[in-house]
Amino acid sequence: MSEQLTFTYTIDGDDFTRAGEASSSVKNKLKMLGVSSDAIRKVAIAMYEGEINMVIHAEGGTISVSVSDDAVTMVLADRGPGIPDIDKAMQEGYSTAREDVRSLGFGAGMGLPNMKRFTDEMQIDTVIGEGTTITMKVYL
Amino acid sequence: MTIREMKEALDAKFLYGEELADLDAQFVFSADMMSDVLAYCGKCSVLITGLCNPQVVRTAEMLDIVCIIFVRGKLPDENMLALARGKSIAVLATDHYMFTTCGILYEHGLRGGA
Ligand SMILES: Nc1ncnc2c1ncn2[C@@H]1O[C@H](COP(=O)(O)OP(=O)(O)OP(=O)(O)O)[C@@H](O)[C@H]1O
Ligand SMILES: [Mg+2]
Repeated sequence: MSEQLTFTYTIDGDDFTRAGEASSSVKNKLKMLGVSSDAIRKVAIAMYEGEINMVIHAEGGTISVSVSDDAVTMVLADRGPGIPDIDKAMQEGYSTAREDVRSLGFGAGMGLPNMKRFTDEMQIDTVIGEGTTITMKVYL
Repeated sequence: MTIREMKEALDAKFLYGEELADLDAQFVFSADMMSDVLAYCGKCSVLITGLCNPQVVRTAEMLDIVCIIFVRGKLPDENMLALARGKSIAVLATDHYMFTTCGILYEHGLRGGA
């Protein structure tokens, strides 16, 4: 593939049961494009954590995923509350998730550290009261 | 150990995936927090959990898990089973608690991944 392919998704912030559909779709698309299973796994885990975060912390948003010869780039943009202290949010175990989110199996404070662990580049741009944009890259 | 052998050892029942019963697994992960599964599952291909919602199946899908074992008699709903069917992930349910389930499979030679 010499040209860049881009897929975009709208994430519904109210529907926890459907969270992960975008990540699932990307996983299938990358498989069809012949991307290595190692890279697909990294993209799937990182994007899924980000997608879940958009639903439980930020009322949804949009995700765009582009695939080029050398990387998969994911941009997750939401209009949620923003992240007041990024260093703290990046710590394993730090979570502001409510009890009802914990009972759904999330809120361990592992998502952002996982996203960092499974990607080669990650950048968080956040403005309090306006939203958060997380850009992640997995090299191919 | 095949999925069929796990089913028998755990007195479990197939909720989906009898046709996958001959798949073989060596490494198992157990947790109720899905982010822990995503972080630490590694090469494990079986997930034991007491959590029962669609995100369990989604998490399994992201990690290429071949079999989910629900403990304590938890029963996934039709929506969850449809997801699992779509991804060819076998689903077992056992009445054993988490500790006992893990112990039985460990005795049969299965190990944790990391
Ligand atoms: N998109 C976002 N908008 C606003 N706040 C966020 C966003 N993503 C993460 N956060 C904040 O950062 C914290 C840590 O996020 P992280 O994903 O690591 O953990 P978690 O979502 O709380 O739990 P887990 O990911 O283990 O289920 C969150 O609890 C939340 O306060
Ligand atoms: Mg999270």
